Amino acid sequence: MPEPMLQTIDLVKSFAVRRGFFAQESIRLMAVDHVNISIDEGETFGLVGESGCGKSTLGLTVMQLYTPNGGQVRFDGQDLVGLSPEDLRHNRRRMQMIFQDPYASLDPRMSIEQILLEPLNIHGIGTHEERLAEVRRLLDLVGLPTDAADRFPSEFSGGQQQRIGIARALALQPKLIICDEPVSALDVSVQASILNLLRDLQDRMELTYLFISHNIAVTGFMSKRIGVMYLGRMMEIGSSDTIINHPSHPYTQALISAVPEPDPKMRGKERTLTGDVPSPIDRPSGCPFHPRCPLAKRLDNPARCREERPELRELSAGHTVACHFAEER
Amino acid sequence: MFLAGWGEFWTEFRESKSGLLGAGLTLAFILASLLAPVISPQNPYDLTQLFLQNSNLAPKWIPGMFMLGSDGQGRDLYSAILYGLRVSLYVGLASTVLSAVFGTLVGVLAGYMRGKTDALIMRIADIQLSFPAILIALVIMSLWGQGLFKIIIAISVVNWVFYARTARGSTLAEREKDYVDAARAAGVASGAIMLREILPNIVAPIIVIGTVRVANSIILESTLSFLGLGVPITEPSLGSLIYEGYQVLFSGFWWSSVLPGLGLMGVVLGINLLGDRLRDVLNPRLKR
Repeated sequence: MPEPMLQTIDLVKSFAVRRGFFAQESIRLMAVDHVNISIDEGETFGLVGESGCGKSTLGLTVMQLYTPNGGQVRFDGQDLVGLSPEDLRHNRRRMQMIFQDPYASLDPRMSIEQILLEPLNIHGIGTHEERLAEVRRLLDLVGLPTDAADRFPSEFSGGQQQRIGIARALALQPKLIICDEPVSALDVSVQASILNLLRDLQDRMELTYLFISHNIAVTGFMSKRIGVMYLGRMMEIGSSDTIINHPSHPYTQALISAVPEPDPKMRGKERTLTGDVPSPIDRPSGCPFHPRCPLAKRLDNPARCREERPELRELSAGHTVACHFAEER
Repeated sequence: MFLAGWGEFWTEFRESKSGLLGAGLTLAFILASLLAPVISPQNPYDLTQLFLQNSNLAPKWIPGMFMLGSDGQGRDLYSAILYGLRVSLYVGLASTVLSAVFGTLVGVLAGYMRGKTDALIMRIADIQLSFPAILIALVIMSLWGQGLFKIIIAISVVNWVFYARTARGSTLAEREKDYVDAARAAGVASGAIMLREILPNIVAPIIVIGTVRVANSIILESTLSFLGLGVPITEPSLGSLIYEGYQVLFSGFWWSSVLPGLGLMGVVLGINLLGDRLRDVLNPRLKR
């Protein structure tokens, strides 16, 4: 079996948080808690979860824009954690990122040409003329007119700005692209065109995507496999079909039923969650989801949910769930 | 956000009469100081043109020699004010550029690096701010003695703190934006991110602080010169003219200190009005 394109092994990222102004000791906020994911070449892995669950932090940690506190990030067979800045720069060439807010991700003071030239200049690719030709090619690839090169980010619409962001990510001909909520800042009408562009580019350039989104419907459309994250932990991993049509974890089930249902006859069966996401600083004991879990409530709040933290276990081939009572649904 | 084009900037800028007055005054004073050798009837530094019998003449109020009177050495006061204006503006602008460049670089470094670098730089700034500016300049000038270059350095030492604080604050906000992460992902080195990505995005507040501090630097220079610690006597600034006139103020020769004083007031007022307007136009929070 070939080595996966990207694999995280017990990846941990935590932040020090001061309790209060006078508090001396700081406590750790576990944003990413021993996460194991693996993405094969050419595959799209979707990562879903509510805001604050750590999915963007996971993306930034994989990119090594955050230094992990533990674990490994294996990219194309090599562990990126602890690499020298020079080796890291070399590896980052084949690993790029698309950001959530397309405007904030483009330097407002640089023209589109400067933005797209920057990665080429840094890595010394080609002569100046070749780089300029490459900028034209990239603009064409993402469906922008070549005269866009001389304009500035503020002159473009959100969808066009995101296309520029995608062109920049493609400039170094990466193998892996981390898409951090690439369409959630865009109008619904524009979302579809950007998603189709990403899929089209994937086919043409054999790209591997880590697709991060809070929208499980969008993630299902994009991904072959999906991981569901809650308070820094993986709750369920499986194929898109399994996760969307036969979810086993009560949290995933709640997320699915939160997708608006266009058919009124089908409505009324939603299992809406009560309560807020607990603070990642004060994570519940045992299963992090137990205070809000409809399944635990139905089973009269078993002590095991409060006391024992469920590990991911295989329910069927390629489908793992972190729930003690996944079979009870 | 810095405005995209000059046209838009000018359209908004000209809405305020006081801003236009400030810009006009500043421009007029800068032109007058640049053209001093052409438009002044006399070179006040050329001793062969000075005659003691012309000393302390009252203003004639008609254009020409001695229209604003003369001082104790028989210098035409109008010419002396124009040349003094040159020195004052030169010291003000040079020290502003010097302290703005140094302070901004240090501030961006502190804001981008954070941690110990930040703590060290900003504590030095805090300590310096707890002393009165004039005291710091006085100590430096009394240790070094007079000199045009020395006073520029002394004023810059006083002023870098203001730029460092502003630049640090803006950098802290900018470095969290995705375009900085995008640049890091592309492999841009920290130094290049600071200079090429962040710096161009924080110039607007620096320009505003700079305009306000120019006026302040001119006043500080005049104060030092008035106290006899500023520019050398051979190159009198407005401050030294006021000081010289002050010696004979109670002998009835009021013009030789009051008129340079009015000149100083005009420059500072003009620059401050311009600075206030720039702050309003360049500050996105005050925009409608």
